[in-house]
Amino acid sequence: MSQTESYLAHKGFKSWALTMDHKRIGVMYLVTTHLFFLIGGFLALLLRLKLLSPGPALFSAHTYDVLFTMHGAMMIFLFIIPAIPSSLGNFFIPLLIGARDVAFPKLNLFSYYLFVSGILVILISLVQPIDTGWTFYTPFSAENSAAVTTVSFGLFLVGMSSILTGLNFIVTIHTLRAPGMTWYRLPLFIWGMYGTSVIQVLSTPVIGITFLLLVAERLFGVGFFDPAKGGDPLLFQHFFWFYSHPVVYVMILPAMGIISEVIPCFARKPIFGYKAIAYSALAIAFISFLVWGHHMFVSGMSTTAGVIFSFLTFFVAVPTGMKIFNWIATLYKGSISLDSPMLWALTFIFLFIIGGLTGLFLGSLATDVHVHDTYFLVAHFHYTMMGGTVMGLFSGLHYWYPKITGRMLDERWAKHAWWMIVVGFNVTFFPMFILGMQGMPRRYAEYPAKYHSLNVLATVGSWLLAVGIVIMFANFIRSLNRGAIAPANPWEALTLEWQVPSPPPEENFEVIPTVTDWPYSYGKETGDTRGK
Amino acid sequence: MAYYKSYVMVWIALIVLTGATVGVSFLNLGLWNAAVALVIASTKATLVGLYFMHLRHEIKLVIGFALFPLLFLALIIIGTLSDTMTR
Ligand SMILES: [Cu+2]
Repeated sequence: MSQTESYLAHKGFKSWALTMDHKRIGVMYLVTTHLFFLIGGFLALLLRLKLLSPGPALFSAHTYDVLFTMHGAMMIFLFIIPAIPSSLGNFFIPLLIGARDVAFPKLNLFSYYLFVSGILVILISLVQPIDTGWTFYTPFSAENSAAVTTVSFGLFLVGMSSILTGLNFIVTIHTLRAPGMTWYRLPLFIWGMYGTSVIQVLSTPVIGITFLLLVAERLFGVGFFDPAKGGDPLLFQHFFWFYSHPVVYVMILPAMGIISEVIPCFARKPIFGYKAIAYSALAIAFISFLVWGHHMFVSGMSTTAGVIFSFLTFFVAVPTGMKIFNWIATLYKGSISLDSPMLWALTFIFLFIIGGLTGLFLGSLATDVHVHDTYFLVAHFHYTMMGGTVMGLFSGLHYWYPKITGRMLDERWAKHAWWMIVVGFNVTFFPMFILGMQGMPRRYAEYPAKYHSLNVLATVGSWLLAVGIVIMFANFIRSLNRGAIAPANPWEALTLEWQVPSPPPEENFEVIPTVTDWPYSYGKETGDTRGK
Repeated sequence: MAYYKSYVMVWIALIVLTGATVGVSFLNLGLWNAAVALVIASTKATLVGLYFMHLRHEIKLVIGFALFPLLFLALIIIGTLSDTMTR
C-alpha cells in the first residue's frame, strides 16, 4: 500500500467497518449524525405543520408530545453534540496538528460502535415512545409508563462514546503535535476542540450517573427524587443541568473553532487576538460549570441560589463577547471574499449575536420569570444552536468538503441554499421571540387564536428552511461524483490539512512536517500581517 | 514480587473497608452515617486510584488530570447545597 494513496482508495464494507483511520471514522460519524439531523428536521416540520392551526388538527396532543420529545432528543444527543466533535473533529484534529492519527485509534472505532449501539437501543424504545421532553424531568419521567428506562440506557451508551472521544482528543492534542507545533501555534479549531473535550470528559459522567439513578428509581423505587421517600425532584434538575448546561458549549465551542479558521482565511488577514480567542475557549469551558441553576429559576429552587446562578451566568457573556469582538476585528479592513464557507461564518456571527443576547433575558432572574417556558426560550435556543452551531457546522462542511471528498461543491447552488436557509431560519424563529414575549407557552399542541398569524408565518418559514436544506444536501451528494476535482488547497489556507493532497493519503503526511510559524500569517500578498 | 504483594495488600484493605461499610450501616449515627460511609468510600477510591490505576507511578501531568475533576465534584456539591440549604 503506497503512502500517497488516498484514504478513500480501499473499497468495500469491511474496509469501513473495521477501519481505525480517524478520517474514515470521522466520515462515518458525519453520515450517522446528519441522518439524524434530517430525521429530526422532518419531525420539526410535522410539529410546525400541526401548529399551522390553533385547534386540534392532524394528530393528537399526545403524539405532539412524543414528536417534540423525539425532535429534541435526536437533535441534541444524536446530532448536535457529536456533529462537529466526532465528525469534523475526528477528521481534522490529527491533520491540523501534524499527526498520523488520534492517540487511540482502536478506542476511536470502539466509541463509534458505542454510539451506534446507543442509537439502536434508543430505536427499540420507539415501541413505547417517550413523551417526557428531552429533559426527562422527574417525577414525570420516574412514574411514566413509556420506555424511559430503555432510552436512559441508550443515552448512557451514547454518553460513554462521547467521553471516550473527548479523552482520545485530549491525549492526542497533548502528545501527538508535530515538532515545532507549540500550544500558541495550534490552529484555533484545536483550542476549541480541547475545551470541548474537557467538558465532555468532566460533565458526561454526571448525566450517565443521573440516568442510572433515574433507572434505579423506576425499577427499584429507591426514592432519590421522590419526596415521599425523602428524595428531592429538584435534585434531578441539578444533576441534569450540571451536564446539560456545559454541554451546550460542547455544541458551540467547536463551531466557534471553525469560525476562527474560516474568518482569517477568507478575510486574508491574521486572526486578531489569537491568545484571547484561545483562552476564552477554556474560560467558557470552565464558567459553563458554574451556571446550571439558570434553568431552574421557576422550578422551586431557592431565591438565594437563583440570585447566585443568575449573577454567575452573566460571566459567560464575557469570553463569548471577546470572541465576537476578535472575529469582527479580524474582518476589519480585510480583503473579504464571500465564498460559501465565509457566508456561513458571517451568518454564524450575525445569528449567534441575536441568540447570545437574548440569552441574557433568560439568564436574568427577573425577566426569566416572565419568559420562562415560552416560545422566547425556543427562539433563543434555536438562534444559538441552529443559528450558531449548525451555521458553524455548515461553514465547516463547505470549507472542508474539498478536503474530505476531493471534490469541489457547486458554489452557485451552495449560495442558493444559503439564501433559502438564512431567510427560512429567520422567518421560522424570529416570530417566536414575539410569541414568547406575548406569553405563548412552549410544548403545547394547541394555542389561543390570538397567536395564530405569527404561527402561520413560522410554519411557512419552516418550509423555506426545509427547501434550503434539501438543496444543500443535494449539492453535497451530487458533488461527490460530479463536482470539479479539488486541488490540495482551494482556499489558499495556511493550516496543515491543506498542505496534503485532497483527499488526504491514508497516513496523512508522508513526512511529519516541522512547524515554524503559526497558521495565520495571511495577507503576505498585501504586506499586511498585523496581529502576528 | 514485592509489586504483586502491594496489590494483594490493597485488595485485602478494600475488602476490610467494604466490611466496615456494612458494619457501620448497622449503627445508628444519625447524619454521621452518611459522613462515615463517604469517608470509607473515598479511602477506597483513593487506594484504587493510587495502586490499581497506577497513579503512584505516573508523571505529574497525569496526576494533575486525575485530581482536576475533584474541583468539579466540589462545584456540583456546593452549587446544589446553595439551593437546598437556603430554601
Ligand atoms: Cu444553561
